[in-house]
Amino acid sequence: MKNILVVTSGIVAMILSTATLAGPREDLLAQYAAVAKVTSLSAARGQTLHTQNFSGGKPDTPSCTTCHGKDTRGAGRTLTGKTIEPVAVSVTPTRYTDPAKVEKWFKRNCTEVLGRECTPQEKGDWLTFVIGQ
Amino acid sequence: MRIPYRPLAIGLVTLAFSALILARAQAGDRHFFAPVTDPVVKEECGSCHLAFAPSMLPARSWQRMMGKLDNHFGDNASLDPATAEKITSYLVANAGDAGGQRYSSKLLKGVATGAAPQRITELPKWVSEHRKVPDWEWRHKEVRTKANCVACHTAAEQGYYEE
Repeated sequence: MKNILVVTSGIVAMILSTATLAGPREDLLAQYAAVAKVTSLSAARGQTLHTQNFSGGKPDTPSCTTCHGKDTRGAGRTLTGKTIEPVAVSVTPTRYTDPAKVEKWFKRNCTEVLGRECTPQEKGDWLTFVIGQ
Repeated sequence: MRIPYRPLAIGLVTLAFSALILARAQAGDRHFFAPVTDPVVKEECGSCHLAFAPSMLPARSWQRMMGKLDNHFGDNASLDPATAEKITSYLVANAGDAGGQRYSSKLLKGVATGAAPQRITELPKWVSEHRKVPDWEWRHKEVRTKANCVACHTAAEQGYYEE
C-alpha cells in the first residue's frame, strides 16, 4: 500500500514538474497542433520539409538547407555570408523561445523557399524536428 | 562647505584626456564607420547580412529603404510598423550626412544632392576604392557578394574597413 502511494505521488510530481517546465517552445507546439487540428506533430515530416527541394520560391533558395546547411547541428550561412546559428535546439538552446521571432522567420523563410507561408502543421512538424535534433 | 577644486580639476583633466585618446584611437585607424550599437537594429538588420553602418548612406537613402521593406533587394523583409519606425529613426540619426561622421563625407562624395542611393556598393567612392579588386575575388566562394564586407575587411563588424 505504501509503495503504491509512493509511486502515485511520484507520478503526480512528474506530471506537475513537466507542466511547470513547459516553456514557450511547448506552448508553440501546442498552438500549432490546435490550429492545425491534429493530435500529433511529426519530426519525420518536419525533416522532409527541411531537406526537400521546392520550386515555388526563389530559385537561389530551393530548400531550407540552402542556407541552414545539411547538418542541423552545424552552423548555416546566408547568401550574403552571414553565419546562422545551428537550428538544432541541442546546440542552440536559446532558439524558438520567442514566439514572435519564430513566426517572423517562418513567414520570411517559407515565403522565400516555398513561395507561400507554411501551414500550422508544417510549422509544428518542423519545430518538432529541430527540437529533437 | 568647501568645494575640493583640486581633485575635481584633476579628475576632469584625466577624463578629457582619456576621451581624446579614445577618439583618436577610433579615428586614427583609417576608414572607421561606427558599427550599429542598438540591439533591435543589430538584430533586425544584422541577421541576414552585416548590419551596415548607418553612416555609409545619407538619411534620405535609409528613409527610402525603410519605406519599401517588402521588396528589400528582392526579399520581403517586412517588419511591424513600430519596429520599422524605431529602426528608421536610428538610421536617420546616425546617417552619413547627420554630421560628426569623420569618413562619411568622403564616402558620400559624388552623390548628387537629393539622390537616395540604395546600395553602398554603388557609391562612386566605393566603386573607385574597390576598382583594383579582380573579378575572380568577388566570385570566390568565401565572398560571393559585394555585400559581404567581412570576407575581406575582417574587422568590419567593429567598424574598421582598412585595406
